[in-house]
Order: sequence, then structure tokens, then C-alpha cells
Amino acid sequence: MRWLLALPFVGLLWVPFYNHEDPALFGFPFFYWYQFAWVPVTSFLVWLVDRSERGEE
Amino acid sequence: MAANVNWTALAVFLFFFALVTVIGFAASRWQRGRSHKGAHLDEWGLGGRNFGAWITWFLVGGDFYTAYTVIAVPALVYAVGAYGFFALPYTIIVYPIVFLIMPRLWQEARRAGHVTAADVVYGRYASRPLEAVVALTGLLATMPYIALQLVGMQVVIQALGLSGEFPLAAAFVILALYTYSAGLRAPALIAFVKDVMIYIVVIAAVVIVPARLGGYGQVFSAAQASFAAKGGATGILLQPEQYLPFATLALGSALAAFMYPHTLTGIFAAGSARTIRKNAIFLPAYTILLGLIALLGFMGHAANVAVKSNNDVVPALFNALFPSWFAGFAFSAIAIGALVPAAVMSIGASNLFTRNFWKPYVRSDITPAGEEKVAKLVSLVVKLGALGFVLFLPTQFALDLQLLGGLWILQTFPAVVFGLYTRRLAAPALLAGWAAGMVYGTWTAYADGVKPVHKLLLGVHSYTVYTGLLALAVNVVVLVLVQLVVREAGQRRAPAAH
Repeated sequence: MRWLLALPFVGLLWVPFYNHEDPALFGFPFFYWYQFAWVPVTSFLVWLVDRSERGEE
Repeated sequence: MAANVNWTALAVFLFFFALVTVIGFAASRWQRGRSHKGAHLDEWGLGGRNFGAWITWFLVGGDFYTAYTVIAVPALVYAVGAYGFFALPYTIIVYPIVFLIMPRLWQEARRAGHVTAADVVYGRYASRPLEAVVALTGLLATMPYIALQLVGMQVVIQALGLSGEFPLAAAFVILALYTYSAGLRAPALIAFVKDVMIYIVVIAAVVIVPARLGGYGQVFSAAQASFAAKGGATGILLQPEQYLPFATLALGSALAAFMYPHTLTGIFAAGSARTIRKNAIFLPAYTILLGLIALLGFMGHAANVAVKSNNDVVPALFNALFPSWFAGFAFSAIAIGALVPAAVMSIGASNLFTRNFWKPYVRSDITPAGEEKVAKLVSLVVKLGALGFVLFLPTQFALDLQLLGGLWILQTFPAVVFGLYTRRLAAPALLAGWAAGMVYGTWTAYADGVKPVHKLLLGVHSYTVYTGLLALAVNVVVLVLVQLVVREAGQRRAPAAH
């Protein structure tokens, strides 16, 4: 499950993928709302990994 | 004192400052519980090592997202646009890293009673030189960081219309006194007040300001128009040559973030590894806040605020768009936001000095109670030093040193982290890697005029990369090479011993 934690690195460090204005959301260019969207997604991924490992302690 | 003092704002500011002062002194009796160890460095320096998930969330949130961030991130976004947003990917990918590394590091520290990163390193490798360089790096990286918190405070004090150095010095002396008496419990308790205030300010700002400026679409297009007029490597999107600096700054900063004494102190103060895992899930809430704060830089363009220095953009925006009582509330939030990290940083630095210099070299028979006494006194010295830094040296000096500090602290990553995954590394290899990274990184950054990124030429191509990350690469290569040599020598010696 830990491989899930690699996703935010790929999604955020591959900059050309999201350096666009469109599609905009609520006035926010893609570049901005895409980065903001990774915040809850990353929390969720960490939560998933944590849940799968709980009980191993 | 200046004639244009904003009295309403100042009154609100003084009220909140008085409130956190009372809280700071009262904190010494907070969260003591039955497990209290009496006079012991674990109590003053780590708040009893018993903080639960909520306290840790407020403490680390208040300590990692500093007041200086609230001033400097929007200032950078105001000046250059999208490039300043590297703070967002940085403070997102830091949490998978925290989740993977910190619970293990916490367990190692808890088992052996370690207080600092250098303690951990000495516990593993039994090398005084390696311990000393990790501790020294922590101290060097922290001092200018404390000074920058003061710069953040100075910016809002000036925005209130106060001039002169007395208000800043007074605020800092009060901070020094309650940190002395309550230790880590003071910033942990004040962090509740600070974080709630910052959340209120930012939520108000992101709702009210765009409404008054015509919506977010308008904010972005106004910013785009000013950047177009300004030219250069600015804009609301990145230029292609900024991709690599943007990504490497984010990655390098994320690797460095929890190597600092102040962030690690927050981690070691947690009551359990579970607490840290929970925080890796919930701390990103602060990253949303930071992203919204960064947007204030664009709002500065949309509101056409006039500033002498980029650092004034947030106070100028608040003064222009908020009623004066709420501007006072916002400035109090930022100033109190400086107190929390400054306190934790000085505690982290004092712990390092006491555990990794005083104990091994001056008083090897020191008791935990004696450690606490030394650390408390050192925290006063550290704060006076930072105050002197801000009052007597140019601000640029602190800024430059803080930039180098990030690069330096990143060079302790192999010594602190690699040992969690392998027991085979030799202290001389880690020491050589550290030295190579420090020398290469400092020299390169200095030769570039203390810029965060370095242009690397490989054949006909050039790549601009965060210098700290390049130095870390040099560090790891040297570490591996020396490790191979040490092992080879060890194997050759081993048969002879039979």
C-alpha cells in the first residue's frame, strides 16, 4: 500500500502537467486549483496507508 | 513614535498580546499529569513527551507554518507570481515523508530518551564528531530562522504605526521570560490561540477581499496584468525554465523541513507514534491555509496597494481593506504567530546545546535536572542573540543565512534518516558526506550570490536546480564512496584478526 504515497510526488513534481490556465474553476486557473486539490487527496492517501498498517504496531 | 498610530488596531493588538502573555506564564502548570518527571529536561524541553494528537496538531502547525511564512510567501508571490507557489507542493509532499520517517524516529528517540537529532545520531553511531556536526548544523540553521520571526513581527508592529526598536525588544523579552519559566508548554498552549486567530483572519480575507475586488477571476487577471507590465520571469503561470527550480525547491524543502530542531522538537514531544501518524493525515489542513495566504500576494495587485518593500504587502492589504479593529486582530495573529515558532526554535537550540555540547564536553555527570537548568539559561542567550541579530545587522543578512540554513540542515538528512533503514553505515562515511555537502553547497550558493538555485551545465544543456538538493546529492555520493572504502578496509582487517 505504501506505493500510494508516491502519487503526490508524481502529481506535483511533474510541473508541465499542470502549468495551464484552463480549465479554470471558480476563477482559479488550473495551476492553482490542481495544487489545492492535492491537499485532501494526499491526506486521504496517507489515511488509506495508515489504515492498512494499523494493528501492525 | 509616529504620528499615524492606528489606535484602535493598537488597542486590539495590546489586548491579545497581554492575553498570550498570561497564557504563556500559566502554561507551566498545564498538562502535567501523573507522569511528571519533576525537574527534568524532558519536561521543559519536550513538554513531558506526552502531547496528544490535538496538541501536536496545533503545536507543529503553529511551529512549521511560521509568522515569517505569512509575510514572506505572499511577498514572493506578489513579486514573482506562480513561482512563489512552490510552497504549496512543498507542504503537501512533506506529509508522506513525515508519515514514513517520523514515527520510526520517534520510537527510537523514546526508547533511548533522546531529546535532539544529534542525540539520535550519537545513539546509533557512538561518534562524538558526527553528533557535534549534526548539533552544530541545527544551531546554525535555527539562529537566523528565529531572527526572521522577529522580522515578521517588526513588519506588523510598523504597520500599526509604531516606530523604533523598543516595541519589538519588549515583546521579545516577555517571550523569553515565559519560555524560560514554562518551556515547550508555553508555545504549545499559545499555539491554540495563534492558530485559531490565523484561521479566522485567513478565512475572512479569502471571503471578504475577493468580494471587494470583484471575485477570484478578477484577482488573477489583475495580477496577470501587473506581471505582464513588469516583465521578466513573472506571471500567474510558470515559465518553462522555472519547472525544474520549482519542483526541486519543493522536494528539497520537504526533505529538509523536519530536520530542523524546532519541527523535530514538536515530533519528539508527541506522546505516541500513533499521534504522529494521525498528524501526517490532518496537518495538511494548514497547507490549504498557506495556499490561501499565498493568494494574498495576488490580491495585493488587485487592490493596487503601494508598498516600499514586498514584505509589506500583507499588512498594507489588511490596512486597506479591513476595518481598523480587524486589521489589529490580524496583526496580533501574525505577531503571536511569530512567538510560537520563535519559542520552539529557541527551545530546540537550547536542547541541542545542552545535550550535545554541554553534556559531552563540559559536564558529563550532569543530571536531567541540571540539563533543564542549563537549557533554560541558554534559551535566554539564544533569544538575546536573535534580537541583536535583527537590531544590529541588516535584514538581508538574516535572509541570506536562513536560505543557507535550509541547505545546511538538509545535509543532516543522511545521518538522521538513513540509519532507520540500515545499520551498516559507518560514522566516517556520514561525516565525510556531510562535510562534502556543506562545503559544496555553501560555496556554490555563495558563488551564485546567495541564490537558492544553481545552474548546472551538462554538455549543451543547462539545468537549474535547488542548490540544497545538489549538495545532498554530493553528500550521498561521497557517503557511498567512503562507505565502500571503509568496508573494504574492514574486511581486509577482519581475516587477520582470526
